[in-house]
Amino acid sequence: MKLIVYYLIGLVFGVGISISGMANPAKVLNFFDLAGSWDPSLMFVMGGALIVTFIGYRLAFRRSAPLMAPRFEVPTRRDLDLPLIGGSAVFGIGWGIAGFCPGGALPALGTGMIEVAIFVASLIAGLLTARGLRRIGVNALTKSTT
Amino acid sequence: MTPIVTEFTPLASAFGGALIGVAAVLLMTFGGRIFGATGILSGAILPSGAGDRAWRWALLAGMVSGPLAVQLMTGSMPAVEIPISLPMIIVGGFLVGVGVNFSSGCTSGHGVCGMARLSPRSIIATLTFMAATIVTVYIVRHVIGA
Repeated sequence: MKLIVYYLIGLVFGVGISISGMANPAKVLNFFDLAGSWDPSLMFVMGGALIVTFIGYRLAFRRSAPLMAPRFEVPTRRDLDLPLIGGSAVFGIGWGIAGFCPGGALPALGTGMIEVAIFVASLIAGLLTARGLRRIGVNALTKSTT
Repeated sequence: MTPIVTEFTPLASAFGGALIGVAAVLLMTFGGRIFGATGILSGAILPSGAGDRAWRWALLAGMVSGPLAVQLMTGSMPAVEIPISLPMIIVGGFLVGVGVNFSSGCTSGHGVCGMARLSPRSIIATLTFMAATIVTVYIVRHVIGA
């Protein structure tokens, strides 16, 4: 029963991504191409998502606990460190090259296009590589230099 | 290569964005979790020892069903146009994977959920990856001319 609820929540996200244009690299890259074929649509995606989430979260947090889990599990860190900023920069470079972010690519898998599957496979390879790098101490190294 | 010109779609994009927000609010209300594509994917595929993977796979299944649901509702699959070469998909995907692992989040986790919580880490992450993406698209399209 719980899994059906999670499936439906994922479906709402997948439909939203599909309608918004976030699953379309041509549209995403045009949004960032301020000096070329600029398409401001993605500003409206971000705006719509942020307004709903900003208000909805405040209503959700009025409860003492979520409906299907013992407690809210939200990140509590507030410090800014090199992995956060460096990782975000590398993510941005990749996003600017490929036009897919993870939340756009995962629903796009449902179109059955082989290019999307190749992107997601490369994304997973990157996740595993970064995890390996962190294991052998890159994380500790970057922390000690900040 | 000439970039594909995409149509400005403020209404569809705002509506799709609002649905992304609805999904984020529902996941917090029911599951007490942040709707971050990076975190959901990582938790589903990476061995973490935690025995709570089923809900992540249910969410992923729902996300991937998005395009099909849109086809059932509107009669056509959402557009996924890829204006780049296969090597760029692979390199971009790999960099996205490495980056989001270090930054612990992407457009959905930091850009929507974290920004809606006014998390300083998420605000800095979002500003960083948006800037990096704009610079990358500029270099790829207008300096290298790929």
